[in-house]
Amino acid sequence: MTTHPEAAEAFAQDAERTAWHDQALWFVRAKRDQVTRAIPEWEALRTLASGIKAHTLSRLDEYLEQFERNALANGVVVHWAADADEHNRIVLGILRDRGATRLVKSKSMLTEECHLNPYLEAHGITVVDSDLGERIVQLGREAPSHIVMPAIHKRKAEVGALFAEHFGTSPDEDDPGRLADAARGPLRSALFGADAALTGVNFGVAETGGIVVCTNEGNADLGVHLAPIHIACMGIEKLVPRVADLGVFLRLLARSATGQPITAYSSHVVTPRAPGQLHFVIVDNGRSEHLGRPEFREALACIRCGACLNTCPVYRRSGGHSYGSTIPGPIGAILSPGVDLAKHASLPFASTLCGSCGDVCPVKIDIPQQLYRWRQMVGRAGLLPAKKRLTMTLLGGVFGSRAWYEWCGRMARVALRVVPGWLARRTAWGRERELPVAPKESFREWYQRSGRG
Amino acid sequence: MSVALFIPCYVDQLYPQVARATLAVLAARGVTVEYPLAQTCCGQPMANAGCEGDAHAAARRFVRTFAGYDTIVAPSGSCVHYVRHHFDALPQTSQVQHVRNATVELSEFLLTLPEGPPIDFPYRVGVHVGCHALRGLRQAVSSELGPTPGGALRTLLATLRGAEVVALDRPDECCGFGGTFAVDEPAISARMGSDRIADHRRHGAQVLVSGDMSCLMHLDGIVRRQGAPLPVMHIAQILNGERP
Repeated sequence: MTTHPEAAEAFAQDAERTAWHDQALWFVRAKRDQVTRAIPEWEALRTLASGIKAHTLSRLDEYLEQFERNALANGVVVHWAADADEHNRIVLGILRDRGATRLVKSKSMLTEECHLNPYLEAHGITVVDSDLGERIVQLGREAPSHIVMPAIHKRKAEVGALFAEHFGTSPDEDDPGRLADAARGPLRSALFGADAALTGVNFGVAETGGIVVCTNEGNADLGVHLAPIHIACMGIEKLVPRVADLGVFLRLLARSATGQPITAYSSHVVTPRAPGQLHFVIVDNGRSEHLGRPEFREALACIRCGACLNTCPVYRRSGGHSYGSTIPGPIGAILSPGVDLAKHASLPFASTLCGSCGDVCPVKIDIPQQLYRWRQMVGRAGLLPAKKRLTMTLLGGVFGSRAWYEWCGRMARVALRVVPGWLARRTAWGRERELPVAPKESFREWYQRSGRG
Repeated sequence: MSVALFIPCYVDQLYPQVARATLAVLAARGVTVEYPLAQTCCGQPMANAGCEGDAHAAARRFVRTFAGYDTIVAPSGSCVHYVRHHFDALPQTSQVQHVRNATVELSEFLLTLPEGPPIDFPYRVGVHVGCHALRGLRQAVSSELGPTPGGALRTLLATLRGAEVVALDRPDECCGFGGTFAVDEPAISARMGSDRIADHRRHGAQVLVSGDMSCLMHLDGIVRRQGAPLPVMHIAQILNGERP
């Protein structure tokens, strides 16, 4: 199993790509700063959103039932899925009932989490992702590396090569406009020929039983207006209580995600479009278990804006795939360990705990604190690398005793002074940096010698 | 008022000049401090690595050592943040609560004192506020929250004659040290450090200043590996009249 440090180092070996990835995401972060500063009440909005989410999660059962009641009254078919398998089976069942074989999908991290595409394809369904970034990673048979900009890890030339293979463009083409044009034709055919459209859900509104889907390309709207069946897949945590709450979250979402005042298309879907069908698949897949962990609960408030990814200095330099989980970056590093701690044991450590993620989060999730807590869980579960575990036990003993601390300090300084360069460069510190120049005398030795102690 | 000096373990062992400068700066402002020899470390290295249990002996020693003082001053935002925020893992006795409240970071403490003697420092200064001081202790406004950083370190630098703080493309990007992160993920850590240094160099910094020697230890290691020195200094050294 590849750990984050290994995968991150592999990504960062391409120094040029790392620089470009870092700068592209920083550009978005800077745009976010600019637009948030145009809203004097930005911090009040964050506080409000955080409160609404905490309230919703505190009585999620009631709001889910209210949402279902209203959705049913609106003529929506409501399905409940306990896990990814059930979710996939339900979606396939809906398609099979209507003999649908061609599905267009707008972006949904939930279906990525459930690995819906390979499941449907294995059952004879043609799946086309209609978001351009998603389409790029779909053609490249890759997972998205970012939750808002799925193909941000790919350079223009790489997209050009992929499109040359699939759409017959010139292999040298790397103009984003012309590449988008090349993708547009086949995408339109897929949209017009689809038997069903699947979307994610940005917000479910308990009060109306309706859902909100936000896209910049309008691809979700094209899909659901053209196809006779609309399937919307929603994690149980996506609820807000009232329509009025949308005013808070829609203002926060786009600004945090891309630095736009609002997404180009924010559509409120409430009733099926006659004679079509509207299905909601409400998915748990580990979320209620997470809800049951009081010290980690607040992570469920996440509205998937991706701001913490954009700002994270580690994510920017290691790429989304290095996290080995559907949701990468800081938020993924606190959600994924809850699903499989052993598999994702290195993720809470893929951070300097600089805290920037917490300060950009529109719903004020204290991500650094959650990372710190997961680290302790990894430690307690015995999942730390043996060398690190041993080092910390020894260090703990050293710092517990004054005499031991002073002796080890002296030895360490001697070691630092005599260690040959070649050996220093084989340590994790010295591989990339010069070791500190150790003084002959520690401060406490000087303090005592100078007669102060 | 009794004031104790807490010198982080790595400063004690590797940067005694910073501890001595701290002592001198406090003395110049009329504060007599004691340095209790029973101290070792706050426990952050172990807890940061996921071994809070291994940090407890050090943390308990910290509490025993410092509980009798009114104020505990440390030239490190990161260690102060650890004491203030992560000693919540200990049973909250009155002694534990006292040291959590009484531990202050040097530059913040200096701002409560009368100004020291005037100091000339005719250099273009690159400021690095460590992330734990910035977002943990809220010593300055992070760029996520506002456009004007301010803060204790910049306030102190503004009192120097001739010092010019350089503007950076990314005013508060993490340097990549991150405690055990530096050795868990050396490639990313060093990449972050060299990007940080490049930002300072691009804007003509002649000296890199911080209130956290740990960030500076990492950045200095990279600067020296690159072979194009950009001297690093702790704020205590500058306020003590030292030059790069």
